[in-house]
Amino acid sequence: MTPDAIVSISASVALVILAATFLVASWRVIVGPTLPDRILALDTLSGTAIGFLAVVAVKTGFALYIDIAISLGLVGFLATVAFARFVLSRGPLPASAGPMAAQTDKTVRPASKKPDAKVKSDAKLKPKTTPARKTKKDRT
Amino acid sequence: MMDYVAAIVVSVLLMAGALFALVAALGIVRLPDLYTRMHAASKAGTVGSGLLLFAAGIESGEIAVFARSLAGFVFFILTAPVAAHLLARAAHKTGYRLLPPSVRDDLLER
Repeated sequence: MTPDAIVSISASVALVILAATFLVASWRVIVGPTLPDRILALDTLSGTAIGFLAVVAVKTGFALYIDIAISLGLVGFLATVAFARFVLSRGPLPASAGPMAAQTDKTVRPASKKPDAKVKSDAKLKPKTTPARKTKKDRT
Repeated sequence: MMDYVAAIVVSVLLMAGALFALVAALGIVRLPDLYTRMHAASKAGTVGSGLLLFAAGIESGEIAVFARSLAGFVFFILTAPVAAHLLARAAHKTGYRLLPPSVRDDLLER
């Protein structure tokens, strides 16, 4: 068994495992009860695609795939950051938004004490946190 | 002989990376909560794709390609916690709460 054959076989097995990973993670994208779940699963999918590209680079011998993997990682990171900002700018959950909110309805109350967070400017959110911290410091 | 050592190292790295990625995906599906899912995905997923990139760099045998794959690995290690923390913070701020098996939420008392 030549070294090339060993690497080729293990690359094929890794491709099969990564395909299973892709299917499992995309199930969470489809089912995922909340939006952050789907964003997290999409982040995992982009990581899996990077792994795919690395394995294809091993299998074909083209080193260019590694550059593609690096740029895909950059795009995936920026996409996750943008989705997170979107979740933040969408404002607090309404009380009837999905199973997570329904299960913890009582504890959602403290989050809804800042309804003007949906003014969707970050400068609005920043001073929001500092008075809260100040009141906690006063209390203790 | 050296060829066999390099091939076995690359094979082990490929298997380990693919299995780490699979563990991350299974954690995303099986864990009960956004935050526990994030714990699985952002650690095991990063290590998985990083090990696969590392294997590709070793297999190429050129120092330039290896340096690029190492740069990609370091980049993922730097960015994955930032992305996960940003997403968790945004989700917590907008009212997604921990599910009952979690017993304590320090951010709620802020």
